[in-house]
Amino acid sequence: MSDVPAVRIERLSKSFGGVEVLRDIELTVNKGEVVSVLGSSGSGKSTLLRCINWLEEPDRGSIHIAGQRIGIDASGRKMRNKELAALRARTGMVFQGFNLWPHLTVLHNVMESPVQVKGMRKDEARRIALELLEKVGMVEKADAYPYTLSGGQKQRVAIARALAMSPEVILFDEPTSALDPERVGEVLQVMKNLSAEGYTMIVVTHEMEFARAVSDQVVFLEKGLLIEKSDPETFFTNPASERVRRFLELA
Amino acid sequence: MSEWAIVWEARGAILDGFYNTLILFGLSVTLAFVLGCAFAYWLETRNPATLALRGFINCMRMLPFLILAYLLYYGLPSLGLRLNAWTAGLIALVVYYGAYFGEVLRGARLVLPEGQVEAAKAHGFTGFKVFRRIVLPQLIIKTRPLMGNLLILCLKDTAFLTIITVQELTAAANSVQSTYFVPMEAFVVVILLYWLISICLELALKWAGRFGAKRGFEHV
Repeated sequence: MSDVPAVRIERLSKSFGGVEVLRDIELTVNKGEVVSVLGSSGSGKSTLLRCINWLEEPDRGSIHIAGQRIGIDASGRKMRNKELAALRARTGMVFQGFNLWPHLTVLHNVMESPVQVKGMRKDEARRIALELLEKVGMVEKADAYPYTLSGGQKQRVAIARALAMSPEVILFDEPTSALDPERVGEVLQVMKNLSAEGYTMIVVTHEMEFARAVSDQVVFLEKGLLIEKSDPETFFTNPASERVRRFLELA
Repeated sequence: MSEWAIVWEARGAILDGFYNTLILFGLSVTLAFVLGCAFAYWLETRNPATLALRGFINCMRMLPFLILAYLLYYGLPSLGLRLNAWTAGLIALVVYYGAYFGEVLRGARLVLPEGQVEAAKAHGFTGFKVFRRIVLPQLIIKTRPLMGNLLILCLKDTAFLTIITVQELTAAANSVQSTYFVPMEAFVVVILLYWLISICLELALKWAGRFGAKRGFEHV
């Protein structure tokens, strides 16, 4: 194994106010893999995702992004904000609520991070942003402001914004849950295309079909424990755990 | 000679006061705005220093402006710091309205959706850049009408500075009316001049509103 995994999570635990929401999570995501994270509400899926880029600070365990530990520096101390930001810049995140910046145009939403964080020249950032907007089918809306867009369009812009940083991994936190059913497909299509292009993605989702068709691994969280980790075929046809079986029957 | 003609004859003094008011007002609101933005950034974190700042802002809010001007001009010399009237007046306006600008921005910050800040952090923004590029522009767009009110309050408070002997518009009018005994005419002229500044402020703020309207923040 010469290739460093895009994300390596070891013995990750996290509590909120005495309630353990994640316990001893182990997960390795190799470059180019798509991992779907399933589980019922409150099972810790989103917290797991948010620990990967330290939007939530884990209590125990370690997370490596492309071989580099996030949150804790070499001497075992908590990272300074600058170091943490530099590592976060190597991950992308797409949120359930889009979280576009409303005062910036679509184009500038996508250009903003490369220019501000990476110090990229504006014309270069603009070129890349337009390419990415083309990729997600939003280039004709480059000069529009976010409030004029539909949910599906906003989410596609948010995906382009995440891609603009050329991240090692893109974290999707229920990217289609806030969309009306007619708009879900356009976002999932973009995500399918990304997986075909070899992007590494961790997707918290309730879209079973997507998870089955696109994932390399499917994991299932239940009350903070990772109780199933398998390839999609096994997961959906012959899961090891009784809990997953019941979940799939109801879903 | 009619009373109006007397005021016209004294127009030089009144215009000098008018310019002084404009300069004092322009300089103080600019500096106060910058100070208010700095306060808002300072309040982004929670530590003993921000508690001290909250205390300071609350002090300014309970203090009548005139008392602050008195304290700076008449009170500070007893501590060995003597400021001239103009400087004391400017500092009073900057500090007082800086606190109010900071407070207005803080209020808007409380209701800014946190997800946008998280999105910026997740893309590698550090704290100051999040504030400067994502948070502050939106706070300014959203608080425009409140800022407009503060500007007009600040303009009117410049008149208090006549009491600590700053030679601004109200002082000029007072001097004209007491010299020639034309109180009604002198003060009416001054009211019109304050009104003129207010109208310009209103127009400028309305024009600035298009910036937010274009982005869906408001309907103008």
